[in-house]
Amino acid sequence: MATSPLFTHFDQIFILLRNWLVGFLPAALRPAAGVVLGVITIVCLFPGLFALTTVFERKGLGRIQNRLGPNRVGPFGFFQPVADGIKSLTKEDIVPFSANAVVHFLAPLSLVVAVFMEFAVLPMGRNMVLVDLNAGLLFFFSMSASTELSVFMAGWSSRNKYSLLGAMRAVAQMISYEVVLLLSSVSVVMIAGSLSLPKIVAAQDSYTGIFPHWYIFTPWGLAGFVMYAIAATAETNRSPFDLPEGESELVAGYHTEYSGFKFALFFLGEYLAMFAISGLGTTLFLGGWSAPFSFLTFVPSWIWFFSKVMLSIFVFIWMRGTLPRLRQDQLMNFAWKFVLPFTLLNLFVTALWRFMGEGWMRWVVCTVILVAAYVLMGRLSMRNEHFGPRRYRYAE
Amino acid sequence: MNALFYLLAAITIGGGLASVLLKHLVHCALATTVAFAGLALLFLQLDAQFTGFAQILVYIGAVAILIVFAILLTRGADLPKDGVFSRTWFVGLVIAAGIFAVLAWAVLESVRALPQHNAVPAVTVRDIGNALVGRYVLPLEIVALLLTAATIGAVIVAMHEKERPKP
Repeated sequence: MATSPLFTHFDQIFILLRNWLVGFLPAALRPAAGVVLGVITIVCLFPGLFALTTVFERKGLGRIQNRLGPNRVGPFGFFQPVADGIKSLTKEDIVPFSANAVVHFLAPLSLVVAVFMEFAVLPMGRNMVLVDLNAGLLFFFSMSASTELSVFMAGWSSRNKYSLLGAMRAVAQMISYEVVLLLSSVSVVMIAGSLSLPKIVAAQDSYTGIFPHWYIFTPWGLAGFVMYAIAATAETNRSPFDLPEGESELVAGYHTEYSGFKFALFFLGEYLAMFAISGLGTTLFLGGWSAPFSFLTFVPSWIWFFSKVMLSIFVFIWMRGTLPRLRQDQLMNFAWKFVLPFTLLNLFVTALWRFMGEGWMRWVVCTVILVAAYVLMGRLSMRNEHFGPRRYRYAE
Repeated sequence: MNALFYLLAAITIGGGLASVLLKHLVHCALATTVAFAGLALLFLQLDAQFTGFAQILVYIGAVAILIVFAILLTRGADLPKDGVFSRTWFVGLVIAAGIFAVLAWAVLESVRALPQHNAVPAVTVRDIGNALVGRYVLPLEIVALLLTAATIGAVIVAMHEKERPKP
């Protein structure tokens, strides 16, 4: 079924559309025009998805907190993002008197540009990747690392103690969890043998019976995915790791002094980073655009990619509505004393998996090592934990 | 040598100059970042993907952050009273020019010393990885040891003393 021409046309509909549109141009301009079309699609699609997600998030959080959520603009409040967009476009753009105007202006722009760049290497369907880089994963991480500087620029240039404090928290948190993010992805690279994201997806696109060969269905892959998900939540400053912008303690963190469209850009950047990091997690562990069962391969590949991304976004929202915020020291201890050692151990287990060859032995050995390490580390770190009133070092 | 190269070179040199000439310390640090980005783009223009992306990841993602943290945590980003220019700038200029001359000489000599490759060598990430854990494994391990020692040193410096019982 998966090879019938109708299916191929439906699966490749965006590629065919692009080729058809580019076909009107002279042959010399075609490659450049194809890339421009791809960029336009990404720049239009993901902000649209962002608008949808904001209304879903507010509705979902409302449901979790036993209230209705936005319900005034349009049917069931679904035009709320339009109203929000018009509002932020027409609001006055306030730059504080003592702010550093140039840096204050550049910070949101550099953030959004860097985040948009991340989408260039994500394979969003069969053959649907803007540029297939040899070092695509590295490109993704280098772009996400350069957003840290924008956050710092925003916090510092505002000349506000809350902004600076929020920016420092954000940068410290992003650096700590970036290590974990990188190391948990390395185990996938070790097995797939490539840094190119389309190749990583292709390595997972096969089936045993009806079940797919996604990396999450292996012991090291599951452990790696959990670590990746924790680090991704922290990296995007989402609850329960939303200390950098904790409304109740820092007003809004590094974007306190931003208003109007610049604030909207920060908001957009945060959600785009969420989409990008979910897309990468999907690509690395959840088989990218491949179908979850072999009898479902008749559904076009891009539908699977976007369903998986939106499912991850749903989990993000769910966690935000469920979990309380961590304290700064808990955040750092968790990163450096539990997540990082476990990820390093997972690298070792991945190597073991790679060199033990086929067979059931490697399943048993890898699972036992990971479970034992998890239990042992949990016990050890909980042993010195005493639950009682906390003593503050500087507040006595 | 095309227009792109000159553009990137201008960005890099402009960033470097700005990082020396600007008055505000944090602005200098941000200008240094521009120079780093220009260098990374130059690597990419030479088709060295791995080096270019590693440059962005390490220099913009980590070194620049380290610099701004160091500025903010030490004496603040405010302007010092006696200006940011050192009085011994002339000596610094002579030393920098000397180092630049030696490097330029070495680069220009290497063109004659090594046989000319006309074909661009196709170096993939896989090749770099194989070289790192194969031929260059000893330097890699030495660097790793050095970094571990530095990390332990930093932890010991940052560790706060045991609380003494209050009198």
